[in-house]
Amino acid sequence: MSAVLEVRDLRKSFGGIVAVDGVSFDVNQGEILGIIGPNGSGKSTLFNCILGQLRPSAGRVHLDGRAVTGMRPCDLNRLGVSRTFQLLQVFPQLSVRDNLILAGQEHRGSMLSRLVGPRDAGLAPAADKMLAFFRLDHLADELAGGLSYGQQKLLDAAMAFMAGPRLALLDEPAGGVNPTMLTSLRDRLKAINAEQGATFVVIEHNMDFVMALCSRILVLAEGRIIAEGDPAHVRSDAKVIEAYLGH
Amino acid sequence: MRRRKTVVAGMALALSAAFLLVAPFLFKPYGIFILSTWAVMTIAAIGLNLTLGYAGQVSLAQAAFVGIGAYITALLTTKGWPFWPACALAGVACFVTGWALGYPALRLQHHYLAFVTLAFNTLVYLVFRNEEWLTGGIYGISNVPRPSLAGWSMNGAHAFYYFCLAALALVSLATWCLIRSPWGRAFVALRENPMRALSLGVDTRRYTLMAFALGAGLGGISGALYAPLVQFIDPTPFALGLSLNLLLMVVVGGSGYFFGPFLGAIVAVLLPEWLRFAQGYYLMGYAMLVIVLMVFCPTGLLGLADRLVTPAAKAVPAAAREVAA
Repeated sequence: MSAVLEVRDLRKSFGGIVAVDGVSFDVNQGEILGIIGPNGSGKSTLFNCILGQLRPSAGRVHLDGRAVTGMRPCDLNRLGVSRTFQLLQVFPQLSVRDNLILAGQEHRGSMLSRLVGPRDAGLAPAADKMLAFFRLDHLADELAGGLSYGQQKLLDAAMAFMAGPRLALLDEPAGGVNPTMLTSLRDRLKAINAEQGATFVVIEHNMDFVMALCSRILVLAEGRIIAEGDPAHVRSDAKVIEAYLGH
Repeated sequence: MRRRKTVVAGMALALSAAFLLVAPFLFKPYGIFILSTWAVMTIAAIGLNLTLGYAGQVSLAQAAFVGIGAYITALLTTKGWPFWPACALAGVACFVTGWALGYPALRLQHHYLAFVTLAFNTLVYLVFRNEEWLTGGIYGISNVPRPSLAGWSMNGAHAFYYFCLAALALVSLATWCLIRSPWGRAFVALRENPMRALSLGVDTRRYTLMAFALGAGLGGISGALYAPLVQFIDPTPFALGLSLNLLLMVVVGGSGYFFGPFLGAIVAVLLPEWLRFAQGYYLMGYAMLVIVLMVFCPTGLLGLADRLVTPAAKAVPAAAREVAA
């Protein structure tokens, strides 16, 4: 197995506070890696440093062996890395289908072709297929802002897969989603992982969801990795139990 | 609901177009001049609407671009150039200037960007006033000729009015195509949520820059029509006041609405003329009207219309309506 993403000694401090403190790990081709940890343990900051939203204070990030540290998010996205955010981020004033077309349109052609080319950038069929896959096809023409929270969450995830990424980093995809939709979301993610060979890194608080979805789990506390391994191993690790149950 | 809105909008559009076509026969020459000014200013406001309404950047430099377009056209046509290449050059020069200004300036946001563009407007105004060898200083440039179309002269007030109207129609069509293209979708995305747009591969810096430069280019086209309309230009009209006025047009009409600039320009260009009977009080009345509108309907006149046609529960303060449709 080869590593899609290599993170080495990544560090991010805000003034005196060290949010990410020398984190190193590899993400292997085709795996679903979970990252868990108590609130404030640096999970989202870690994502933001890997993805160029924040500039890391130190350390390196490699994608397929290529240095991408500090690269702009839009360039990184066009190299096949997509993400979702912890808080819901769809475009409420665009239709559901337009949200998906937007998520794919920058990946093909030039700026000029997007100016003079077709309005849907040739992506409407792909968008409808993705909507059907996420069972949102009956809502295609609605404004995204009119959907329920759970439906928007599904749309948010669908947008991350619209461009067929090699690597997707999902920040709390299950947050605020009801149990029925949660099962559906988990099945969709597993299907994409199996069919497209996409690699996932998932930050999640919902333990059942993580344990059922991920093959390997990293546990972060106070900006450091304190445990790593398969779900059963992590669940019984003394340091993990201590980090979660507190001092 | 969407159908009812389409019907209302279609009827309003057809009535307005019919009115604009017969208007010259209803007004004296001064009225026709004012209507021509409306068409020309609407073009500049459409440009600013791209910058402000679609890309979300506050610019106080639109008057400078109108001025640059007007001076280029005036200088070249008084030296014997035909109108068309002069007009094209005015648009291109403003596009390039807008790009060059935006490249460093768009690293700033909101009121910082407003300050930089304000400074640029002042700078351009000073160049117009002080570089006498080029611009004629405060004496300006007179006898700017009006264009001709296939040997057909636009000298008369009627002819030039229809010429301005045709130019407005062309610019509107081009802008409509732009905001219905994938660019329009990217513009809405970067205004709504730049961070998410960036994570989806949208090069927000480049799109913002293009919106800014295109807005400046339309300012240049507007200036290219303004010079032959008034036939005498001096620095005064292109001071900061016009930039503020154009900003007012966009905001009052409804920033981010396609037809916002058309309505806004009516308020800013025609309303003061109609309120002239009130003499010294008209400015006060006008200011009150604008303040009341902004307090009760910050989304502008079209935002107000939107609220009246759409039931409250479903109303989205949509700037993206044309794009979303």
